Amino acid sequence: MEKIEARDVNFYYGAFHALKGISMEIPQNQVVAFIGPSGCGKSTFLRLFNRMNDLIPGTRLEGQILIDGQDIYGADVHVDELRKNVGMVFQRPNPFPKSIFDNVAYGLRVNGIKDRAYIRERVEESLRGAALWDEVKDKLGESAFALSGGQQQRLCIARAMAVSPSVLLMDEPASALDPISTAKVEELISELRSQVTIVIVTHNMQQAARVSDRTAFFYMGEMVEYDDTKTIFTNPHKEATQNYITGRFG
Amino acid sequence: MKRFLEKAVKWLLTASGFVTSLVILLIIGFLFTEGAGLFREKVIEEGYVLAVHKDNSVKELTAAEIKAVFDEDITDWSELGGPDMEIVTFRLEDADEYFTEEELGAQYEYAAGKIDSLIAATPGMIAFIPESMVEEGAQLNLIEDNAISPAEVLGGSEWFPTATPAPLFGMWPLLAGTLWVSFFAILFALPFGISIAVYMAEVAPERVRNILKPVIELLNGIPSVVYGFFGLIIIVPLLQQVFGLPVGESGLAGSIVLAIMALPTIVTVAEDAMRNCPRALREASLALGASKWQTVSKVVIPSSMSGIASGVVLGIGRAIGETMAVLMVTGNAAVIPHSILEPLRTIPATIAAELGEAPAGGAHYQSLFLLGVILFFITFFINLCVEYISHRNKAKNS
Repeated sequence: MEKIEARDVNFYYGAFHALKGISMEIPQNQVVAFIGPSGCGKSTFLRLFNRMNDLIPGTRLEGQILIDGQDIYGADVHVDELRKNVGMVFQRPNPFPKSIFDNVAYGLRVNGIKDRAYIRERVEESLRGAALWDEVKDKLGESAFALSGGQQQRLCIARAMAVSPSVLLMDEPASALDPISTAKVEELISELRSQVTIVIVTHNMQQAARVSDRTAFFYMGEMVEYDDTKTIFTNPHKEATQNYITGRFG
Repeated sequence: MKRFLEKAVKWLLTASGFVTSLVILLIIGFLFTEGAGLFREKVIEEGYVLAVHKDNSVKELTAAEIKAVFDEDITDWSELGGPDMEIVTFRLEDADEYFTEEELGAQYEYAAGKIDSLIAATPGMIAFIPESMVEEGAQLNLIEDNAISPAEVLGGSEWFPTATPAPLFGMWPLLAGTLWVSFFAILFALPFGISIAVYMAEVAPERVRNILKPVIELLNGIPSVVYGFFGLIIIVPLLQQVFGLPVGESGLAGSIVLAIMALPTIVTVAEDAMRNCPRALREASLALGASKWQTVSKVVIPSSMSGIASGVVLGIGRAIGETMAVLMVTGNAAVIPHSILEPLRTIPATIAAELGEAPAGGAHYQSLFLLGVILFFITFFINLCVEYISHRNKAKNS
């Protein structure tokens, strides 16, 4: 079953044609990596899946994006509901200036959950899921800023997972982290795949090769190639892909 | 040459910093020494004494008691712990009721003796006379003239700085007036200010904001006397009609004018703080399914709290220290206000209105400086509070 389906997506920032006729299907509970040089449109495409680009004035979308068969840009879609279902982890760790506990509980609370016992349970589950529980269980009341960068990013993953999304978008989640923290985040990605469909944008090709099942290569606003990760990295069909993964440009 | 120039610049900067600090310290020092002088002043006007019959057992009177006696609010010595006897007050101006001009002498040269015997003949009399008219070995007692006590000044509820024989410097009505007006001003300005700031930072389209922001900043530049004018012509009559007041000049009018004056400060500072809230935080909140309003109230406002707080305090600072506009619309009655609809008087308005009339170096003059000291402490305390709040916020967020 296809979890996400894009049908001939064109996207414009004002007059700039940022995404050109992209169609792709992302299967359920898989990890899909978007790779490509800076400015190729991979982050823009990712941010269409939770309508984050709506926040940018002067943008325009053509085509359709379906999640679970429903057009997420349809008139009857509630953006808040959509974003609850499609979680996101950003490039830089961006915890709220609140306690560790309140950070994870935030998504539950804004979605109207008041049951304290349930919130506490979900916070613990999410932190365990993000392999952070043992490090923070004694200081849940402390500011999230007291954590290291890697811990903050795992906190952000826990925060996104707390509202039980079915899709998790990750926009270069390890680019601001050191190698050890990066390894932890990658480990986490392979653990989370059983629960969610993950779309990850990355600059790091080894990372894409390590964590993903399928990989899409973007170049100049077009999706050049989309295939099994193994195929992309060992036997790409397009020359541009070949050049990029062998480091000839990008 | 270059090294010399650098040295010269360094010295110039050091000197200017030093001079500025010194001037500020001097001003504060001046305020304090002048203000503290009040407590060395005597209760009874300088050069005068209060004389009573030598058998009268009352030796001491407070300033408030003296005023009550001469206002004839207290009419019997028993109320002051003395004998059961009616009080007869005597001022020098009353002398011609008792004596003819010839008896007193053209230059009042015989007055001392006459008054002496008058007091001796009237057991219930209290006389307010110049020190020079008390003769050696006179048959009378002088009421002890104590120094003005801090308790009476800071806790006293009557402000009659020009009353004779004993002026009253009870500062409580002025302090209460200041706090009432400022409190209500903030009460009005805060919700409006934050709403406008939120509107401008989050809701208003860019074009509206580009017009609104300069206009609001412009309001900061309007002289306060113009605000006072506006208050006097529009707000005062309006309040009089709406609340059916005998006079429209009231604490409420002052609060409204002050709130309007404090708005631009609160709005601009709070708006800047909210716009500086990192985009990443907003996106994080929205990406979790929070609505725009939830994002503003739970993330943007809390994370820009220290900026908002400093805007509010700058606003309060303006409200507490503001003189002219308040002077024009509050009615200037130095009584403890029982409701915000009554006329009242603030500390700055009192200083501005009375300093010109107070003889330099006198008790009245010094009491005005003491009011300045109190004002200084209030604003100092508020600044400390803000410092504490923003410091705590910073510590929590980093």
